Amino acid sequence: MTTAQYLPDFAYIVAIALFILSLRWLSSPATARRGVLAGEIGAAIAVITTFFNPELVQFKWIVIALAGGAAIGIPLGMVPMTAVPQRTAMSHAFGALAAALIGIAEYYMRLPNISKFEMTEIALEVIIGSLSFTGSLVAAGKLQEILPQRPIVYRGQNYVSLSVLGLAVVLALVLIFQPVHAFYFLLMVIVSLVFGVLLVTPIGGADMPTVISLLNSYVGFTAALLGFVLNAKVLVVAGALDGASGFILSVIMCRAMNRSFTNVMFGAFGQLQVSTTAVVEERTVRSATPEEAAAILEAANSVMIVPGYGMAVAQAQHKVREFYDALTKRGIDVKFAIHPVAGRMPGHMNVLLAEADVPYDRLIEMEDANSEFPQVDVALVIGANDVTNPAARHDKNSPIFGMPILEVDKARTVMVIKRGMSPGFAGIENELYYLDKTLMIFGDAKSVVGSLVRELTGGHEH
Amino acid sequence: MTSEMISNLYVFVLAGFVGFEVIRRVSPLLHTPLMALTNALDAIVVVAAMIIAGRQGTALSATLGAIAVAAAFSNMVGGFLITDRMVRMFKLSGRGRQQP
Repeated sequence: MTTAQYLPDFAYIVAIALFILSLRWLSSPATARRGVLAGEIGAAIAVITTFFNPELVQFKWIVIALAGGAAIGIPLGMVPMTAVPQRTAMSHAFGALAAALIGIAEYYMRLPNISKFEMTEIALEVIIGSLSFTGSLVAAGKLQEILPQRPIVYRGQNYVSLSVLGLAVVLALVLIFQPVHAFYFLLMVIVSLVFGVLLVTPIGGADMPTVISLLNSYVGFTAALLGFVLNAKVLVVAGALDGASGFILSVIMCRAMNRSFTNVMFGAFGQLQVSTTAVVEERTVRSATPEEAAAILEAANSVMIVPGYGMAVAQAQHKVREFYDALTKRGIDVKFAIHPVAGRMPGHMNVLLAEADVPYDRLIEMEDANSEFPQVDVALVIGANDVTNPAARHDKNSPIFGMPILEVDKARTVMVIKRGMSPGFAGIENELYYLDKTLMIFGDAKSVVGSLVRELTGGHEH
Repeated sequence: MTSEMISNLYVFVLAGFVGFEVIRRVSPLLHTPLMALTNALDAIVVVAAMIIAGRQGTALSATLGAIAVAAAFSNMVGGFLITDRMVRMFKLSGRGRQQP
């Protein structure tokens, strides 16, 4: 063996080191771009090195496929920020598809001499890859609103889903002992694809941040398993990093909603709504016009804005930035309180606000926001609902009881911009709206914030 | 069980811990770019797909390999592109907001 034979391995090790640095530098916005560059260089080194692999006998299809991949990838890299969640789900699907197809190709390539260990690795890899592929497609469909957002449930659903998964496992076990049954292999792939659909279909829109993170970790672990199958350590490392990332984000999302993994996967959220809506009797709310609200805001020293996905749906983030500017110009301290599940994927709200040029040092996390609320003059809720509901703290019968919330009710005055009195994702009444200190400003988020900006800047400019 | 599998297991466990420690430090501000970036890094499976698509083998495995190359490479290109677009948007107060 000569040293030259190991050159590709050295190149892959450099790539891995760059990947880890890439994630390390992503820790803060100041170094994040350097992180992206490190990742790009690492990936380029790995791809170029692979072109020199002596196993390769033809390059035509590789080049065509790379060109095709770039042609798909570039538009997917240019989507608007509101579409990033569905783009992410699509890229989970592509990642899972690639890993599953490689596993399938390896199976056929190695037939008929496959050891039990090899077959176990391949079967596991192909099952998780296939279910992540269809699961991610369904998630993307829901996020793109091609498929219904509401959880789709039927009686005995969990038994049906688990039986389908069980069938895939049984087929895998048969293959481990009798790997030559290619028909069973094909059946295992199909059954896994079906399970992926069954897994994500019953999950509602509010749980999308968790689901997308879980699928992220599945895709990562599929790539790591593929590394085991192919004995490729670069895949083991990259897969482990991706899997760890998805796992951490899933845990954060579950905690932010006070739910367990099993509850997200097997307990459709929308089921609980009926009991609570009936309890709420006719209560009065105080409503205000934008003019009245602007007068209160002008007198405030500090304002905490609580943005929710409704703000992004109304495309109001740019108006919100103007509103931020108008208040800041008057010497008012303005901050944004970001709940971990605001938006449709982890960190989505931060990206939407950063896109609208809101400085990131004004975006604060839930714990910090909650320690500030008691000193805040005005908390302004725009398009957020369940994450502000005080019932989560004290109402044991509420489906969101125990969920960490933004304690806007502790601010001196609360303003809520809302289209009407309809409940949020979870279908729960929000008692915040009935507090004496709460003012409801009814209307579309974008136009209401627009009127607030006009009130604050126009007419009586000093 | 093979020795290769064991050494892969070592690598997997160590990489998992490194990943956990590094990713734990990523600011929640950047969790969306984090997911986009890890997607792009995970697209390193493209190197395995390239070998399947280009090695001596059946038409079936070459076809599966080529599809896998396209799928993984689209993630690599798109993932880095969108991550860079996102992280460029994060600015501090009083900086970069004068630009048109």
